[in-house]
Amino acid sequence: MSREIKLRKYHAQVWDEPLLMDLSVEGQRGLLVPRAEEEIRARYGSAQDLVPASMRRRRPPDLPEVAQPQVVRHYTRLSQMTMGNDVSNDIGVGTCTMKYSPKVNEQLCSLPQMADLHPLQDESTVQGILEILYRTRDFIREISGMDEVSFQPSSGGQAVLAAASIVRAYHKARGEGKKRNQVITTIFSHPVDAACPATAGFEVVTLMPDANGYPDIEALKAALSDRTAALFVTNPEDTGLYNPRIDEFVRLVHEAGGLCFTDQANANGVLGKARAAEAGFDMCHFNLHKTFSSPHGGMGPGCGALAVREPLAKFLPVPVVAFDGKKYRLDYKRPHSIGKVRDFYGNVQVVLRTYAWIMSLGAKGLETVAETAVLNNNYLEKLLTAIPGVSISYGPGRVRLDQIRYSWEKLTAETGVTSEDIERRMTDFGIQAYWTSHHPQIIPEPFTPEPTESYSKDDIEYWAAVMREIDREARQDPDRVKSAPHNGVTGKIDESAMLFHEKCMFTYKKYKRIKQAG
Amino acid sequence: MAQGKRIIYPYIPNSAPKSRQEMLGAVGVRDVEELYREIPERLRLKRPLNLPEPFVSERDLKRHVQEILRRNKSCEEALSFLGAGCYQHHVPAVVDTIVNRGEFLTAYYGSTYTDHGRFQVMFEYVSMLTELVGMDVAGFPMHDGSSSAGTAVRMCARITGRPEVLVPESVSPMRMKVLENYCRSSEVKALRKVAIRWDTGLLDLSDLKSKLGPTTAGLYIENPSYLGVIETQGQEMADLLHANGSLFAVGVNPMSLGVLAPPGHYGADIVTGDTQPLGVHMHYGGGACGFVAVRDVEAHIAELPPLLVSIADLEQGDGFGFNLFAWAERLSYAARENAKEYTGTSTALWSTANAVYLALMGPEGMREIGETILLKTRYARDLLAEIPGVRIPLEGAHFNEFVANFDGTGRTVRKINAALLKRNIFGGKDLSKEFPRLGQSALYCVSEIHTAEDLKRLAETLKEVVR
Repeated sequence: MSREIKLRKYHAQVWDEPLLMDLSVEGQRGLLVPRAEEEIRARYGSAQDLVPASMRRRRPPDLPEVAQPQVVRHYTRLSQMTMGNDVSNDIGVGTCTMKYSPKVNEQLCSLPQMADLHPLQDESTVQGILEILYRTRDFIREISGMDEVSFQPSSGGQAVLAAASIVRAYHKARGEGKKRNQVITTIFSHPVDAACPATAGFEVVTLMPDANGYPDIEALKAALSDRTAALFVTNPEDTGLYNPRIDEFVRLVHEAGGLCFTDQANANGVLGKARAAEAGFDMCHFNLHKTFSSPHGGMGPGCGALAVREPLAKFLPVPVVAFDGKKYRLDYKRPHSIGKVRDFYGNVQVVLRTYAWIMSLGAKGLETVAETAVLNNNYLEKLLTAIPGVSISYGPGRVRLDQIRYSWEKLTAETGVTSEDIERRMTDFGIQAYWTSHHPQIIPEPFTPEPTESYSKDDIEYWAAVMREIDREARQDPDRVKSAPHNGVTGKIDESAMLFHEKCMFTYKKYKRIKQAG
Repeated sequence: MAQGKRIIYPYIPNSAPKSRQEMLGAVGVRDVEELYREIPERLRLKRPLNLPEPFVSERDLKRHVQEILRRNKSCEEALSFLGAGCYQHHVPAVVDTIVNRGEFLTAYYGSTYTDHGRFQVMFEYVSMLTELVGMDVAGFPMHDGSSSAGTAVRMCARITGRPEVLVPESVSPMRMKVLENYCRSSEVKALRKVAIRWDTGLLDLSDLKSKLGPTTAGLYIENPSYLGVIETQGQEMADLLHANGSLFAVGVNPMSLGVLAPPGHYGADIVTGDTQPLGVHMHYGGGACGFVAVRDVEAHIAELPPLLVSIADLEQGDGFGFNLFAWAERLSYAARENAKEYTGTSTALWSTANAVYLALMGPEGMREIGETILLKTRYARDLLAEIPGVRIPLEGAHFNEFVANFDGTGRTVRKINAALLKRNIFGGKDLSKEFPRLGQSALYCVSEIHTAEDLKRLAETLKEVVR
């Protein structure tokens, strides 16, 4: 290590900010809105008379009344009590591909020629945005090796749902819709790879890992039958292991008459290096809000760009963007389409950011993204595996790509300090809480950092130093870790309430009612 | 490794040679390629990606993208009367300021400790939204109005264990495409159309009665309807449905609820909609932000797919925090294929915008904007009705949108809109293909952004165009 690491004496901003409703003062206004002109009011009198009596609102909504400076201050303070990527090191948030979202792309998104476009404008007035969609479609085709793309799905989940809908339509068109009702996935694939096929009406068969942590190919063979509709897998999986026999999996599924979809939530380490096409997949999706740098927005809006091979293109949601060499247009004449998965064309502003990001990097830049993400991950592995309480399940000596699922199992056994305790404690050092893992937690006491290309060597070393410090603390003063956070916005919450329906307080109204009842 | 001069990328700190070399040394490889050895050669892409030369400087990139975007004309540069599921309203400067705060913009999953502020915003959003729609519980925002309607429809079937959901024939074809795909092979075995009255635009109650039966899970309506009509028979529908053991789901434009009775006041069990009108730019349709709200009934809450944020006491002291894991067994994160549908990334940044918008507006702001929209919609409707050959086919009261029929002018909406466009007006949405029985009709959208002068200009221009 080149530079000595000094752990920060961090403390979160603690504004002790009340709920907005408790700032309300009767009669205050935050914004005045245009009123109908005198000539209109003279013509109709009271607006209320334009509403049939049964539909008039009798009781105004009990919204807070707060003046503008206080609203600005309130929400600015709440922003200061939020650890976005712009202010914190969130290497820990694996599977989420936290990376820097370039500011220039935000400026472009805020232009009226993006922000203030209505989706039903005449095509002649939106040639620019259609061109962006069309060009980005070409980029995604090249990066995936697929033939056609839809940006309509607005998240990974919605893309997987669209893919499952396409599987359904494909088998139905071949007269096998009723029979082929099973989708096969793996336990280390993202939960939506199981949930979305189930939402689309499929039975889900889940493959467990073999002794080396790879999906068990024998289990796959046993699962395949004339009921197999498709395989839905992430590769590399959430363990960071790239399944080197993935093409065999695909071949076996194809031979059984099924389709193959790969969820590319973990694509950051393989951009320009390996594609869904070479492995034989029929469909894949990218999370543009992860791999392609669009900001996550605190849980969206995002985009799950769905790419498919030509034979499946006719099933994609409508419309797709078409170009005749002169004009761009929205093509709805697609009789085999599954229909739509959401309104209009998806989160188009996310596609604009993706376009700008790819155009700032080019082919070499995308490869540098992937290589740096993989190098960062392997560097972090060196630092973390030197910590006594940390271990890696599966595949000793295997090189992981974008991320690794580690385990604190040893530390927990020795000290009683759990991964969740550490998740709370790490935030006392000014870094974002890490992602443990989805359920079921096959790997005990898990954590899953993903040091994307946006992190510097210093960032990586700092993150590892925090883990090392907490490992030391857990052995010397475990209560300090268990009772964390200490330097955060609040102390530990009482988790018992969420177990009881009557104690859950989803709104201010219920919170007040319960508080007043004591 | 690539030959020639390496670019050092500003977004990629370790693309600089010094740190890269140090890290390669520490990892024990000479070349980063060695770290790809787990991917068999046959699965590798053996050529560089074929992508255009990049604009590596920020200046060049910005100029390039701006040049493309300049080929768009935004609604701010024209006079637009487009609605039909996406709405142009004034977005307060405060909303833009807050949603562009880097802390909100670049957060993601985080934790309720590190992101306390963001979860407080979410709790306030849910509190204000449920108050506005007259319900008790809502989760994280969902994708958009139509996919949220899909969840509402499927919840009806899951809660009642019945297979059939009724929908009015006036639901937009776009929404029907989403609903049909979302319900295919699901617990909803049939989406059955209920007639509307084509003189008033209201639901035909006698047709509803005739379609209610032991297999009816629920009815999903919209208020105002897709065609802009304020439905006045909500309570009658609720009573009919409840007497039949069925549920009542209502899709609502939240912008109307300062002046219109919220669905919770006329018997709705599930309320859904899109909060894009509340402070979110249209973004060519990317401003959508769906929601599903229910009453405080355990069996109904247990069917919601998204995360629920609950305010929580602290173990020590009198402050508050938040938790996310009420009914965690509903969630796809926990339950995989046994979850209630699926959840994940949705539209949290836009629900932040909604929270700030409602905070600014308060009850008076929502009432005033609702009154303005009522008055201006009515004024525009009457101005258009005065044009020879133009007729308003649906007599019901309208909010925000109304149908204008041009059959009497002998012109198609397509021709009329083309002529309006030449005069820098975006005419109402052409309904002639969606609802052939309405003939040459268009759905006009009017809101607080239009002045009386704008509306007179529309009427004058139309008069000219159809002459």
